[in-house]
Amino acid sequence: MSDLENFRRETRAWLEANCPPEMRRPMTSEEDTFWGGRNTKFSSQPQRVWFERMRDKGWTVPHWPKEYGGGGLDPEQTKIVRQEMAAIGARQPLTSFGISMLGPALLKYGTDAQKEEHLPKIAAGLIRWCQGYSEPNAGSDLASLQTRAESDGDDFIINGQKIWTSYANFADWIFCLVRTDSNAKKHDGISFILFDMASKGVSTKPILLISGRSPFCETFFDSVRVPKANVIGAVNRGWDVAKYLLQHERAMISGMGERGVGRPLGQVAADSVGTDEQGRLEVPMLRGQIATFEIDEAALACAAERAVDLAKAGQAHPAFSSAMKYYGTELNKRRYELLMSAGGADALEWESERSKEGARPRAWLRTKANSIEGGTSEVMLGIVAKRILDLPGA
Amino acid sequence: MALVLTEEQSMLRDSARGLISDKAPVSHLRQLRDSKDATGFSRDLWKTFAEMGFAGLLVPEDFGGSGLGCVEAGVVMEEIGRTLMPSPFLATAVLATSALSRGGSAAQKSEHLPKIADGSLLAALAIDEGAKHRPLHTAMRAVRSGNGFRLQGDKAFVVDGHTAGLLIVAARTAGAPGECDGLTLFLVDPKTRGIETERTAMVDSHNAARIKFDNVEVNADGVLGEVDQGGALLEGVLNIGRGAVASEMVGVSEEVFGRTLGYLKERKQFGKLIGEFQALQHRAAQLYIEIEITRAAVLKALQALDGNVENAGAAVAVAKARAGSTATLAVQEGVQMHGGMGMTDQFDIGFFMKRARVCQELFGDTNFHADQLARMKNY
Repeated sequence: MSDLENFRRETRAWLEANCPPEMRRPMTSEEDTFWGGRNTKFSSQPQRVWFERMRDKGWTVPHWPKEYGGGGLDPEQTKIVRQEMAAIGARQPLTSFGISMLGPALLKYGTDAQKEEHLPKIAAGLIRWCQGYSEPNAGSDLASLQTRAESDGDDFIINGQKIWTSYANFADWIFCLVRTDSNAKKHDGISFILFDMASKGVSTKPILLISGRSPFCETFFDSVRVPKANVIGAVNRGWDVAKYLLQHERAMISGMGERGVGRPLGQVAADSVGTDEQGRLEVPMLRGQIATFEIDEAALACAAERAVDLAKAGQAHPAFSSAMKYYGTELNKRRYELLMSAGGADALEWESERSKEGARPRAWLRTKANSIEGGTSEVMLGIVAKRILDLPGA
Repeated sequence: MALVLTEEQSMLRDSARGLISDKAPVSHLRQLRDSKDATGFSRDLWKTFAEMGFAGLLVPEDFGGSGLGCVEAGVVMEEIGRTLMPSPFLATAVLATSALSRGGSAAQKSEHLPKIADGSLLAALAIDEGAKHRPLHTAMRAVRSGNGFRLQGDKAFVVDGHTAGLLIVAARTAGAPGECDGLTLFLVDPKTRGIETERTAMVDSHNAARIKFDNVEVNADGVLGEVDQGGALLEGVLNIGRGAVASEMVGVSEEVFGRTLGYLKERKQFGKLIGEFQALQHRAAQLYIEIEITRAAVLKALQALDGNVENAGAAVAVAKARAGSTATLAVQEGVQMHGGMGMTDQFDIGFFMKRARVCQELFGDTNFHADQLARMKNY
């Protein structure tokens, strides 16, 4: 126990000495997120300093083994690092689908050579990854995907189209689901494969969303040649890898509803609607809704903490991330409805410096995708009903 | 601290569950209700509770108890919630014990706590006066008189008030209703002249009472804690009680959910199990998720109370508010999914609905705690 207390003390001191004050303020724009990658640029010097110090300490991925650029920490120590970062409001030094999605799958299913090739570059922010899962005719029914990979000696030749590929236009590599056997049952003919987005035959086209932004792309593969050695896990067993990765993806997305975005809602609302002589919001119904929201937000944070502790104790249900994904995304949508309500007419401005080019309404609209991407809320409830509650049928 | 039960706590749960499900299934409550039992709980069973160390769970070891904490009390309360067992556990072993051990003098503790631990003394906390829980609005007066005080006023919703051998009463020695300063807690013998107790039969067939105090004399040594400074002591005791009731509601919710899930897997309509219908699958999944999230929030609050009662206010508000709304949802979905059977007295599910309603009101409902949280966060 005292070892952990020592570790906490050291962590606190290290963060205090190394996290620049600018990196402890709430993020206000997309530029505040550092994604890494070949073409990356830092938006400020403090962002660079913070990233490099954390990278050198192995704390972009504190729980990964040291040999792959991680911090080699155990789950208790990792929890302490996260808690101490949260306590000072420290930003994530590196946001990356390599960390949140591909990494866990590589650690579980990758060969030693694959791990050695890819994990250190993820930890160091050198390669930015994107996810090739959904297709125009394979959304909720992901396993019906049609992108083909045909054998050609030591390579596969890949043809097809992906959609909703987050930041494909900025990504260096893709982890992709392809059909390697079109005669097998739909879950049994899929492989999980990695390739460079700079490969000949890959092209991307951003999709304009209701937010006026384009975080997603259509991604096209026209006879892309990929070595068979890039398959993760066994050929035709990609669905196992895909599902495992989805659990991590869902845990990540559920976290969107859990972390405080900037100032507390009650304070944001107080600025715009005012307070009475006792300091209560002038709009009692809004005050009640915000309080109810904050209760659910706090409770979800407890559930997230408990999920980690249950996993450590070997008592976690593997499908529980679907429960968290459902609740976290619905909660995030509620948060932004309340932020819009609190902001009133001021929150409707779309194009002005005052509104940071409509940051709030654009973020509000973006959240509507949370309950669709990574598996819709309805798909999540179906998974909970079948896999956890063992309800019968379809 | 990990947000899971320790091995010892899991063992406590197993032993409480074994005893309670064996000796006090829902049929036990039904029998007490149907026979209009004057006590409203089984004294024999309380004796067994004492022998197993449950009555003195929160009593410090120096006074004959087990010296355990709020997480352990919550573990027992959850099992009580699963079978709706009527028991002095909440009023005596949680509320009165916490009030005495946190606020009592050495003499008060050594007089009462050993008797609570051995099961011979039952106690009750008399706070509420109106229809809704508003402890700071306590209006009952305690006026200095001779060597002590005289109490004047009415109390309501006193859990186990009709069987208590010791009352712990909140009264105002100074200040106006709404103020925290000026509240004082008193230990009062219910046989004192001027006290009139009316047992109130409640919707859930559990025990409560209305108690009138007409010029009731209390000696100065009956003051629990400091005169005028009882507000903080009361708030701490209430928060411990709120954590306990929240645990009971988790038990109620889980049991109702388990029974309902079982029904979805056996009841057939249109030639199918009704659990095959997506409309019901999704509602069952939503309810499961609500319960799991609430369970985590309640355990967090209990751990916070064991850490430092003074700093646990926000966690307790979250837990009690969530437990109330979750239990309300669970019992409504439970009755609805059982269809017409859920509406019959013969079926147990309605007992859970009634108890959830009472637990929601006890020590502040979801709205009360949402308001509390907003105040704590200054908006």
